[in-house]
Amino acid sequence: MTATLDEQDLQQGFEDVIAADQRIEPRDWMPEAYRKTLVRQIAQHAHSEIIGMQPEGNWILRAPSLRRKAILLAKVQDEAGHGMYLYAAAETLGVDREELTEKLISGRQKYSSIFNYPTLSYADVGVIGWLVDGAAICNQVPLCRCSYGPYARAMIRICKEESFHQRQGYELLLAMVNGTDAQREMVQESTNRFWWPSLMMFGPPDADSPNTSQSMGWGIKRHTNDELRQRFVDMTVPQAEALGITLPDPDLRWNAERGHYDFSEPDWSELKAVISGSGPCNAQRLAHRRRAHEDGAWVRDAAAAYAAKHGGSR
Amino acid sequence: MSDYTAEGGHGAVPTEGVPTGSGTTKGSWPLYEVFVRGKRGLNHVHVGSIHAADAEMALHNARDLYTRRNEGVSIWVVRAEDITASSPAEKDPFFAPAGDKVYRHPTFYAIPEEVPHL
Repeated sequence: MTATLDEQDLQQGFEDVIAADQRIEPRDWMPEAYRKTLVRQIAQHAHSEIIGMQPEGNWILRAPSLRRKAILLAKVQDEAGHGMYLYAAAETLGVDREELTEKLISGRQKYSSIFNYPTLSYADVGVIGWLVDGAAICNQVPLCRCSYGPYARAMIRICKEESFHQRQGYELLLAMVNGTDAQREMVQESTNRFWWPSLMMFGPPDADSPNTSQSMGWGIKRHTNDELRQRFVDMTVPQAEALGITLPDPDLRWNAERGHYDFSEPDWSELKAVISGSGPCNAQRLAHRRRAHEDGAWVRDAAAAYAAKHGGSR
Repeated sequence: MSDYTAEGGHGAVPTEGVPTGSGTTKGSWPLYEVFVRGKRGLNHVHVGSIHAADAEMALHNARDLYTRRNEGVSIWVVRAEDITASSPAEKDPFFAPAGDKVYRHPTFYAIPEEVPHL
């Protein structure tokens, strides 16, 4: 009886904090479903950042100049950093870092669908910065106001750095479209491949997003998938015009009545297939991550042995 | 009904059938809390945490993780398990003693307006 009353008090306290748009902190009481949703979301967000190093890392050794190489290295290093901020945020919810890594490489937790597409040319580095990081920014900026304090703080840090990612990508594309016909063709071809997967990054249409309303009720999510997708399209169309390239959607046009661009539906069956493991690079990405983890085992062991021998930090 | 959504920054991931952890610790490197002094004249401020085998590695990794863009001139790392904390709840009775002592604030005292420099 007492326990039930206590539970109601705690639930009420939690809801009051959410209603006042304040932040829940790690040692606050929270409903188990809220904790689980956050662990899943933050862990898979972290995995996405870590796996997200691979598509672009593929081009570091083939960067066309020292300047581009330094920029790309810094960007890929940032992605690792973003993964670390997010793993640290997930750990405040009582999960273990090793366990999260293990769940990623065993395929039981996933990462964003977008990283299962290959990077076939250097233009992809620019287009990923422009479209993929642009879409990520649309998703991530509202997460800076997420109700869970450690996640919101990690997102503030990440969003500051994403701006560099998007701008370096766009600047790279500007350089290419002002180059040769072949370079302009590379940018167009890359945009054609990444446009639809970028739209899919916002998830299924609202009608098919049963979790959205609960997440919004908890103040984790602030906008629906379709709202964010529309915002992304509206922002991107003038950027494509400035590059002088065409977005691969014949039905993309300004709708004066709505005050937004109309655009076609992405192929949702493709998203489903890529998420469930049938994308072009799923197996390759996971195998690479697993190999890196296993190849690094002796380094971790050696560092632990050294720390033990020298008394650690004590 | 879909079992995937746009959770997290980089978009669509599954939401069903994803385990969320057992809560057990597997004996990885210890956790350190990281505090950074942004510039001279400011306090060290908590910025996050990091795993490392020892304190020296924690310092180096914290530098690479939290100060890639000149965010700091000094870093402290502290083993997370060495921190003693109050409960964070806002209605925590721990903070009640300060709640009714309005006379500790300058605005408690009524001073005639014509009295200068007070």
